[in-house]
Amino acid sequence: MSMEKKPTSDQLLSLYRVMLTIRRSEEQLAKMFAAGLVHGACHTYVGEEAVATGVCAHLRAGDMVFSTHRGHGHALAKGVSPGALMAELLGRETGVSRGRGGSMHLFSPEVGMMGTSGIVAPCILQATGAAYAFKLKGLDNVGVAFFGDGASNNGAFHEGINMAGAWKLPAIFVCENNLYATEIAYSSVTANPEVATRAASFGIPGVAVDGNDVLAVYKAAEEAVRRARAGEGPTLIECKTYRTRAHAEGMRDAGYRSQDEINAWKQRDPIATFRKHLLEDEDAGEPELQKIESDVESGTVAAAKFAQASPYPDPATALTHVFAEETNR
Amino acid sequence: MRELTYTAAAREALTEEMARDSTIFVVGEGIGPRGGNFGTTLGLYELYGPMRLRDTPIAERGFIGMCTGAAMAGARPIVDFMMVDFILDAMGEIINQTAKMQYMSSGRIKMPIVLRGSIGIGKAAATHHSGAYYSIFANVPGLRVVVPTTPYDAKGLFKTAIRSDDPVIFLEHKLLLNNKGPVPEEEYLIPFGQAAISREGKDVTVVAIAAMVQEALAASDALAKEGVSVEVIDPRTISPLDIDTILASVHKTGLLLVVDETPAMCGVGAEIAAQVVDRGFDDLDAPVRRLNGSAVPVPYSPTLEGAMLPGAGSIAAALRELLAE
Repeated sequence: MSMEKKPTSDQLLSLYRVMLTIRRSEEQLAKMFAAGLVHGACHTYVGEEAVATGVCAHLRAGDMVFSTHRGHGHALAKGVSPGALMAELLGRETGVSRGRGGSMHLFSPEVGMMGTSGIVAPCILQATGAAYAFKLKGLDNVGVAFFGDGASNNGAFHEGINMAGAWKLPAIFVCENNLYATEIAYSSVTANPEVATRAASFGIPGVAVDGNDVLAVYKAAEEAVRRARAGEGPTLIECKTYRTRAHAEGMRDAGYRSQDEINAWKQRDPIATFRKHLLEDEDAGEPELQKIESDVESGTVAAAKFAQASPYPDPATALTHVFAEETNR
Repeated sequence: MRELTYTAAAREALTEEMARDSTIFVVGEGIGPRGGNFGTTLGLYELYGPMRLRDTPIAERGFIGMCTGAAMAGARPIVDFMMVDFILDAMGEIINQTAKMQYMSSGRIKMPIVLRGSIGIGKAAATHHSGAYYSIFANVPGLRVVVPTTPYDAKGLFKTAIRSDDPVIFLEHKLLLNNKGPVPEEEYLIPFGQAAISREGKDVTVVAIAAMVQEALAASDALAKEGVSVEVIDPRTISPLDIDTILASVHKTGLLLVVDETPAMCGVGAEIAAQVVDRGFDDLDAPVRRLNGSAVPVPYSPTLEGAMLPGAGSIAAALRELLAE
């Protein structure tokens, strides 16, 4: 985990706090799903927290993130509160999308979270478009797309990255290669197991990193964000990672991958690994880490209470926001 | 009043709006230095340069999705897709993303994007260059669908489209592009959802879409010689649809024919007929009639193309039948 420019102690502890917040929030959501409180889908990010955390650590509120169906971690890392996330999955008015979205449509433009999506790959095009708008307006903001290995075989991957490369747009394409698109092994649907190497065909840099190592992701993203802000164009980052829960809550997690494989990846848990590293490198002591853990724990409990106490949206508002100009429908 | 072609009128709207708002940019194939296949952006590249007149790869899904993201980030993209048939490759982006973005974000993200290009049968352009598809778009919550017929309407409606915070599908019929008509020097905008009464009459109402308005007007001339007074209504926007103007006309005439070059099944004519029967049944002296293009892929040869399409003759014949009811 060597770094050229080592993050400060505060930055390191912040990475730990964000990863833990994602983990605890999703464990809470899994409980709520099991209790029947979540009305629709719930795809957790457990095991992949280092990716969103390492990338979003470099982003400002004006930078924009475009995400996937597995987007709770991206939303939280970009600044959405656990309460607003949980309330959304519970279908409440206080939810991040005010009950119109659920897990797969999390929107918080106030913090640059521009949506999770039930469709694979449009996020790549939209991040490219946001980057175009930033360049048009002369801003040094960046557009970031998070997507899975599945999206890398979709036409939008080719079309979006090609345009971003051709026009040197400030975009960052973060592929979370967790080996499976839903339950289809990546190796069974592509002859090239490497996503990062595809960058060469677009004439842009492509880097592969250990997606379970938050510092490796942090470092790759740091360079990608620097390049983007400096007008040097987009970067493709492939983060090799793994989800340790099922594709979605309530789904069987068998028949397409082995328990041995899952156990092996659990041994490489990004949060436990990072905690051990912080202690070994003496970047943090037990008391500091335990303080963060108890803060996150109480925050999670408060968020769950807030979500469950929140009202459902008024049915009379079901037809609002189809158009900006509601008159003359 | 001075006269401009339909294309020149729309281009004037674009030129004026781009001068007014620096966040507007246009993407498409050959819309930069070349000025567009139909001259839609002629001369603009020299004024505004490559960031605002962006030639794209042939990747409709890609650049429409890209423009959706740009609109989310506060720009005002205009997609010049040349032929509407080409954006069928981007239907997932348009229907699942562009049209739903405002709702999904509970109104916190606007979607100021215009998707403009040509439609229409009649130039032996064959099946991949002759579609219209406005009924499909009108079926999608969140899209405005605009089909101007005159140069005056093209300019006034294009300005409204560009300034709208909603996604607008702006469809320009190939047979109308070179038509000339009066266009005022001074600025004007035409609101969506207001039909034009193209010809006033009292005996029978014809609602016609795009190039069919010309055919309906020609049929009306023929019937005028037979002493029949035909009212021709051009909805101008398919969504929102100005049903009130149509109902008022039917109240006056008691008879309605809807003429549309696209297939009848689930089409605009079906929608208009259903709404008129629902709200104006007592005004009707006969069932609502529809005259449509045939439900076939558009053929190439002019004799085949002509055989599938309504025209002034078949419209006049349909009107005589309706009047005889």
